Amino acid sequence: MPNYEPVLLRNVGVENARSIDVYRSRGGYRSAEKALKQMSPDDVIDEVKKANLRGRGGAGFPAGVKWTFLPKDRKRTLLCVNADESEPPTFCNRVLMEEDPHQLIEGTIIAGYTTRAQIAYIYLRVEFHEQFHILQKAVDEAYAAGLLGKNILGSDYSLEIYLHRGAGAYVCGEETGLIESIEGKRGWPRIKPPFPAIEGLFRQPTVVNNVETLANLPHIIERGADWFLSIGPPGSSGPKLFCISGPVNRPGCYEGPMTITCEELIMSDEYGQGMRGSVPVKAVFPGGTSMGVLKGDELGMKMDFDDPRNYGLLGLGTAAAVVVNAETDIRLVLRNLARFYALESCGQCTQCREGTSWMYRIAQRIENGAGRVEDLDLLEEVAGRMGMMPGLSICGLPDGATFPVRGVVQKFRAELEERIRNQDPGKVEAVLAVLN
Amino acid sequence: MSWQTIDRNVSPYAAGSEPVLSEGVREKIRSFFPRYDTKRAVLLPALHMVQDALGHVPYKAMAEIAEVLEIHPSDVLDTLTFYTHFWTHPKGEKVVMACRSISCELTGGREVLDAIKSHLGIGEHETTADGKYSLVTEECLAGCDHGPCMLINEKLHKCVKAADVPKLLDDAKNDRIEVPRSDLFDAPERSNSNQPS
Repeated sequence: MPNYEPVLLRNVGVENARSIDVYRSRGGYRSAEKALKQMSPDDVIDEVKKANLRGRGGAGFPAGVKWTFLPKDRKRTLLCVNADESEPPTFCNRVLMEEDPHQLIEGTIIAGYTTRAQIAYIYLRVEFHEQFHILQKAVDEAYAAGLLGKNILGSDYSLEIYLHRGAGAYVCGEETGLIESIEGKRGWPRIKPPFPAIEGLFRQPTVVNNVETLANLPHIIERGADWFLSIGPPGSSGPKLFCISGPVNRPGCYEGPMTITCEELIMSDEYGQGMRGSVPVKAVFPGGTSMGVLKGDELGMKMDFDDPRNYGLLGLGTAAAVVVNAETDIRLVLRNLARFYALESCGQCTQCREGTSWMYRIAQRIENGAGRVEDLDLLEEVAGRMGMMPGLSICGLPDGATFPVRGVVQKFRAELEERIRNQDPGKVEAVLAVLN
Repeated sequence: MSWQTIDRNVSPYAAGSEPVLSEGVREKIRSFFPRYDTKRAVLLPALHMVQDALGHVPYKAMAEIAEVLEIHPSDVLDTLTFYTHFWTHPKGEKVVMACRSISCELTGGREVLDAIKSHLGIGEHETTADGKYSLVTEECLAGCDHGPCMLINEKLHKCVKAADVPKLLDDAKNDRIEVPRSDLFDAPERSNSNQPS
């Protein structure tokens, strides 16, 4: 996107951008000061609601509205920052934390002030080692500068930030799974209601916000809701981080307005710079794998919160695209994704625990040359019986598991059938003997 | 991860012997109490510290953690076995975590995993005879832009090529990160002796 001026990534590439002095010299913490000294919590909520900041973690729920679900007469609020980022192929939170940790801390202070939280837990996945050390150092610097702790910047607002490290579980990115994990339990998502805003961490009213959502807050406070609304299409305002990975020339995390298409993200010089070796695109998972798949001829999809539904996808998700090139066997993709969900299902709901496992077994069979055409119908049937919140499942994981599997089966059925027809019938028994 | 157990050998319960947790570890665990409403919430930090001190979390350590946190040992076991990053049996000095997510697999992750296996002479979830290396597989390391990647203890290795694997694994400093470390989740013994890396 020519002439787009990065906001969330504006400090990337600046020398020592992680240090508090450099962050402050570039205008950092002025928004926190403005919010604390010139605005009431309700003013901040109004501004964020007006900006229609939709949650960047995957669901796209408006952050300002989420805050208003907190009971008015609450005695305490707890804030959880979701930095669990485990959805393949998503890594934009990682980039935000390692390149500009103070931006996240400033956003956390603003969100904390707005929700009147005195404690914020940043839940980091354990694999983020460098990011943990970087962020902890930034938190220490912020304490030393009087930006955290008692009476921040001389105001009567106090906030403690604690980093909490996970231990390897995708489902802890689900907000109630994350809460359980902080409480020292298995990361099993809770049945809702009660929603965390009413009864969350330690049974207190709790807000869970994503890293990228919070990183937007300082800029909304500084430049106002109208500026935010001027970026991107209606309903999908504001700067957005896009991730692109797979066999493209320049994989990475890029910032832009949500007017770009999937094709631009892959091909444009500003972003992915085209496919490696100019191999055509076979498939793209544009919003993290859980959202579903696009065929190579569906790349006109806009990377906003609404257009993905027109292509049979669950939503925009994390706006992290992984590209599959035309040389890749689609059976490999099917098996890889089915395995991920089978291993990451938390096991509470029968249809998810059993369904993801069966989909993995069937996909393994197909990949190894022992598939049957009926297996494709079977996959669709299993997928069809697993998902669709609300009601059937405790969390959204089964939906996230079925969308990519069903999408691949439906959109690439011709290729799968052809590959199954071309199997060597003499080998089927040997394959099944190994797999079973 | 979750209900599917990929790697759960356990060391026998060493009954009657000396405590496995030093007073330093216990003290550090207690220092986390003010952060949370409940003592149980300190369980994940405690497991990180204990695993850092002992290399894994044996049954006896679980019982001792339970004592410090005033919960039942089975609560510790219940939580621990849900998470893939806590080991219940000894691992090698360095744990190699190879990513096999979709982005890494599409950019050559399988070849890298095969190269690791053949260089170390072990399979997934195994440890070399000299106790130096263990190999585990990971579902996603959030390093998709640098696929294929692998983690050696704390260090994320990016854009790994199968041909470079032997050199990477033979490098003594392959698990050291370059940013300043925080010792918040480390065993206290280590934070005294291992700074700076």
